[in-house]
Amino acid sequence: MGLNQFLILSAFLFCTGIYGVLARKNAVLVLMSIELMLNAVNINLIAFSAFRTAVAGQVFALFVITIAAAEVGVGLAIVLLIYRNERTSDLDDVDQLKG
Amino acid sequence: MTPIVGAAVAQNVAFYILAVAMAIAAIGVVRSQNIVHSALFLVIVLAGAAALYILLAAEFVAWVQVLIYIGAIVILFLFGIMLTRAPMRSTGDLDNSQRWAAVAVSLFMFGVITALLVDAYGGKQIKLKNSLVVLGNSGTVASSIFRNYLVPFEVVSMLLLAALVGAVVIARRD
Repeated sequence: MGLNQFLILSAFLFCTGIYGVLARKNAVLVLMSIELMLNAVNINLIAFSAFRTAVAGQVFALFVITIAAAEVGVGLAIVLLIYRNERTSDLDDVDQLKG
Repeated sequence: MTPIVGAAVAQNVAFYILAVAMAIAAIGVVRSQNIVHSALFLVIVLAGAAALYILLAAEFVAWVQVLIYIGAIVILFLFGIMLTRAPMRSTGDLDNSQRWAAVAVSLFMFGVITALLVDAYGGKQIKLKNSLVVLGNSGTVASSIFRNYLVPFEVVSMLLLAALVGAVVIARRD
């Protein structure tokens, strides 16, 4: 297997995630797109781990999975708080800091 | 250490099937007008990634991916969807007005990254060998974590605890 086929698939997933972060209005969907991007990074790490026959890539992938879990927990708590105070989860409506 | 010959073709076929499924599902995540469908498309992408890890003989990470991502994170997303009373049926207003700019940015990024990757890693091959299987099992990963990455592991544990407490504090109803 070529190394590049994994890397290009991962680049595609990452760019799809970028599109989702930029174009989605709902906060939960933006968090899902961030998960897509983190997952793309994990595929890269595992592919390089197999390419170099080094276990470090897998350990870092595990760390990324842990960070992703923490990020989703805090992120959804914030979305929930915004929803409770503003009755909306649309990011376009959360503009209190705008002058 | 001898290279495994016959498996290479089967592996390539499996890769391309998974890659097409993951690409279509990823577009489904960012394009679906139904928020629950987006979450279910995300499950397909995450399961495909777990299958790719199996393909690369990283079995421990693959099972962690299934347990943490599909088992925990997607369920959290579904809770988030239900608790924020997001529109469960198609309403057609999940995208904002900067869609075409977002398409331009992501296509530009994809072009740049792909050009760089082809330039840097074109023609490099992942060699299948038995040592990859040994590398991916939980014993090797665990001894690497607890020998070489013990401090980062403890830091991540503290971060997870802090995130847990923080999420409870933020979301608590006073």
